[in-house]
Amino acid sequence: MAASPTTLRLTLHVWRQAGPERPGGFEVHHLAEVSVDMSFLEMLDILNEQLLSQGRDPFCFDHDCREGICGMCSLVINGQVHGPEAEITTCQLHMRHFADGDTIVIEPFRARALPVVRDLVVDRSALDRIIAAGGYISTDAGSAPEANALPVSTAVADEAMDAAACIGCAGCVAACPNASAMLFTAAKVSHLALLPQGAPERDRRALAMVERMDDEGFGGCTNERECQAACPKAVSVAHIARLNREFLRSSVLGRS
Amino acid sequence: MSAASDRLDARCPGGDMATRWTRHKFDLDLINPANRRGFHVIVVGTGLAGGSAAASLAEMGYSVTSMCIQDSPRRAHSIAAQGGINAAKAYRNDGDSVHRLFYDTVKGGDFRARESNVHRLAEVSNQIIDQCVALGVPFAREYGGTLANRSFGGAQVARTFYARGQTGQQLLLGAYGSLMRQVHAGRVNLLPRREMVELVVSGGNACGVIARNLVTGEYERHAADAVLLCTGGYGNVFRLSTNAQASNVTAAWRCHRRGAFFANPCYTQIHPTCIPVSGAHQSKLTLMSESLRNDGRVWVPSRAGDERAPGDIPEAERDHYLERRYPSFGNLVPRDVASRAAKRVCDEGFGVGATGTAVFLDFADAIARDGRTAVEARYGNLFQMYEMITGEDPYRVPMRIFPAVHYTMGGLWVDYNLETTVPGLFALGEANFSDHGANRLGASALMQGLADGTFVIPATITAHLAGRSFERVDVGAPAFAEAEAEARARNDRILGVGGGSTVTSLHRELGQCMWNLVGMSRSAAGLGEAIERVRELRDRFWADVRVPGEANHLNPSLEHAGRLADFLEFAELLATDALSREESCGGHFREEHQTAEGEALRNDEDFCHVAAWEHGALGSTRHTEPLTFEEVHLVTRSYK
Ligand SMILES: Cc1cc2nc3c(=O)[nH]c(=O)nc-3n(C[C@H](O)[C@H](O)[C@H](O)COP(=O)(O)OP(=O)(O)OC[C@H]3O[C@@H](n4cnc5c(N)ncnc54)[C@H](O)[C@@H]3O)c2cc1C
Ligand code: FES
Repeated sequence: MAASPTTLRLTLHVWRQAGPERPGGFEVHHLAEVSVDMSFLEMLDILNEQLLSQGRDPFCFDHDCREGICGMCSLVINGQVHGPEAEITTCQLHMRHFADGDTIVIEPFRARALPVVRDLVVDRSALDRIIAAGGYISTDAGSAPEANALPVSTAVADEAMDAAACIGCAGCVAACPNASAMLFTAAKVSHLALLPQGAPERDRRALAMVERMDDEGFGGCTNERECQAACPKAVSVAHIARLNREFLRSSVLGRS
Repeated sequence: MSAASDRLDARCPGGDMATRWTRHKFDLDLINPANRRGFHVIVVGTGLAGGSAAASLAEMGYSVTSMCIQDSPRRAHSIAAQGGINAAKAYRNDGDSVHRLFYDTVKGGDFRARESNVHRLAEVSNQIIDQCVALGVPFAREYGGTLANRSFGGAQVARTFYARGQTGQQLLLGAYGSLMRQVHAGRVNLLPRREMVELVVSGGNACGVIARNLVTGEYERHAADAVLLCTGGYGNVFRLSTNAQASNVTAAWRCHRRGAFFANPCYTQIHPTCIPVSGAHQSKLTLMSESLRNDGRVWVPSRAGDERAPGDIPEAERDHYLERRYPSFGNLVPRDVASRAAKRVCDEGFGVGATGTAVFLDFADAIARDGRTAVEARYGNLFQMYEMITGEDPYRVPMRIFPAVHYTMGGLWVDYNLETTVPGLFALGEANFSDHGANRLGASALMQGLADGTFVIPATITAHLAGRSFERVDVGAPAFAEAEAEARARNDRILGVGGGSTVTSLHRELGQCMWNLVGMSRSAAGLGEAIERVRELRDRFWADVRVPGEANHLNPSLEHAGRLADFLEFAELLATDALSREESCGGHFREEHQTAEGEALRNDEDFCHVAAWEHGALGSTRHTEPLTFEEVHLVTRSYK
């Protein structure tokens, strides 16, 4: 077998858009020497450096931690949210997963509730507003009881942690044919519904968050499961089932 | 040598250490709940410090404005912390106590922290855990349902609470939830994608900030009765660090230029367990949590230049140099000790990997002892992260690790109330200097961020708001106009240079200079050279930087350029501070000051003080705050 190459030549089709109300389109660029050890965002850094040296505008893209936890990076890569590898974010994708001569199409997350800000950057503030509607436990600083007063079984703590692992990247929205934020909302509702601390607010939480989600213009859930497949943290659609139960419960109990 | 300054009154309460905080809270003025709404506080930053401060103050009834660089407050750099958070709960029945956590932190900080502050930190640590659990942070649990703990670098007790390898994320999401609750209640005005570019000072008091809306490019004026700076650390002055890309010194530096003293900038922490650099394209370094050292064994081949695969090197030909040199702490010695030891073996030619700048962190023994499942349960996501980045499977091949810049103990000087030398300006979290001395122990930054924001500032902010009279200044005042004009002029000047060097390439040069000459090991000659090179680079930046586009739209190159411009000023102060501190302590290692065995040599005679720098048109002036140790006796740190 021939040794795999250590650098790649790539053709990139990258989305360019000056602002939310402006028309957008793809620009084609070529990169000659992309190291297989680079991350995908480092490859975009190289592209931007190349554009700068040619006196052209670099592409705007969101990123910060570059280690898969802040949820800032996004991108649809060759039609796939966060690229071809399962359970990682774009910043964790490494170029060794591409081949010499590949063409890569790079687009922003697309959804009505996530308008483009510029190029590959979108506005995800709608997700913050869903959380603001009820994605928390209302305990003021200073009023908490002793931490060990309320035992939580490891199984429950683990399941709550699985849900709480959501990084709020909006990949689930971008992957969903209906642009629904159901998995995002379900992850938070489920995390808090599982824990005994979350119980006092169960009667209103799910209802308030789902209403907010609808108001923001996200679509409904029709069980396509694309969200779970795209989720970099493998948040399960089982949490959507729990959200539905919580929603029913709060629709009955929380309206008063 | 600089003399003790009367500008640096730490306002620490005296008397019995254990009751200082309680007495101080009693002595502070209170503000009637009904009157709090009339006070407006700006909180810059939404990490653990800023997020919890904004939420807590709003819960109490204050009117709060909260801003951050990212598109959501949930993405602050605190999110990336992996390992855990300390507290003196003593749930393990292993002899832990508030006093021991206090003692360990003072000692771990190599006797360069203020005792009163550290004691308070240890005291409120337990309340933090209570609060986080109440907010639904899914901490790891024992089978009986109680909270689990692990031990972390530098401690012989298990006092670290954790949520898998995502403790920072879970804590931050807790604080973020509380913050969003207050946003919903209309008590917090949340401004994401904003960068604070100037502090506004009028009549000697902080009275607001100038922020740039990063999407529209507009400059905004925000007035307030107090400003809390919670903007994190400055590790990116080295360019490559474990910090997030947007981490910066700009906010702190702008405050410094308007009168806030900058304390101990040379105290930087290098983390021993990071993934080594793979090439020039590298944009950040990834930390492998220090908790790995609980089960991983650090070693290099006993023979320099041994190129055999690690599995082919028999036990007898491996040097577990930490276990050998520090028998009682072994692989768990503090970060600075572990980092320098790694550098030393690599400098001597024992390093491994393609570049020779790495050591092994081996889990074979842990897997043999506890089974792969147990190891996976503890570190699964870290192992996965390692494999993703390097393409190697750490269950089969030992990890390769090397130190990287991780945390900065230095920061704005603050008194016991967390107030800087500019009245009305407070600094919290990593942005201040107060609690970790010359070296921070693992799992205590998260503790400090939440302590400052949740329990300290809600009590101490009244020192300004109620304790003194100050004039309200509105955004039409000349101080705002002048500060805004300066911020605009700076960005316009950057856009106008139109040279040939990209911001990234200049930042890379700065980083190389700082890492090589002001990094793990420093000398007078190297520091002098660094200062020269930083000045030259600063001149080159202003003569030759190239930033495309305009100021009136999302322009990441312009943001980066502004931050680099401030790093280029700050870097000189960092090196100058390192040069003037003629001793080795904690994360600051001067080659001239070491024992025959290469251990750090502190100089308590001349340097048992905080160095706080005042900005001036003609250069910086060094002031000192003497440190006294009443409870923990000054001794040489020993981890033998
Ligand atoms: C990879 C990693 C792992 C770590 N693991 C641990 C651990 O296990 N345990 C532990 O105790 N500590 C750990 N630390 C350290 C700890 O995470 C940080 O010290 C701590 O989270 C800092 O919190 P902070 O609130 O002070 O600042 P940050 O969380 O850094 O927040 C800074 C905030 O300020 C904002 N900001 C900055 N500049 C500006 C500006 N000019 N204008 C407007 N907003 C601005 C940012 O947007 C952000 O919201 C780790 C650090 C790293 C890098
Ligand atoms: S940049 Fe933080 S998750 Fe990708």
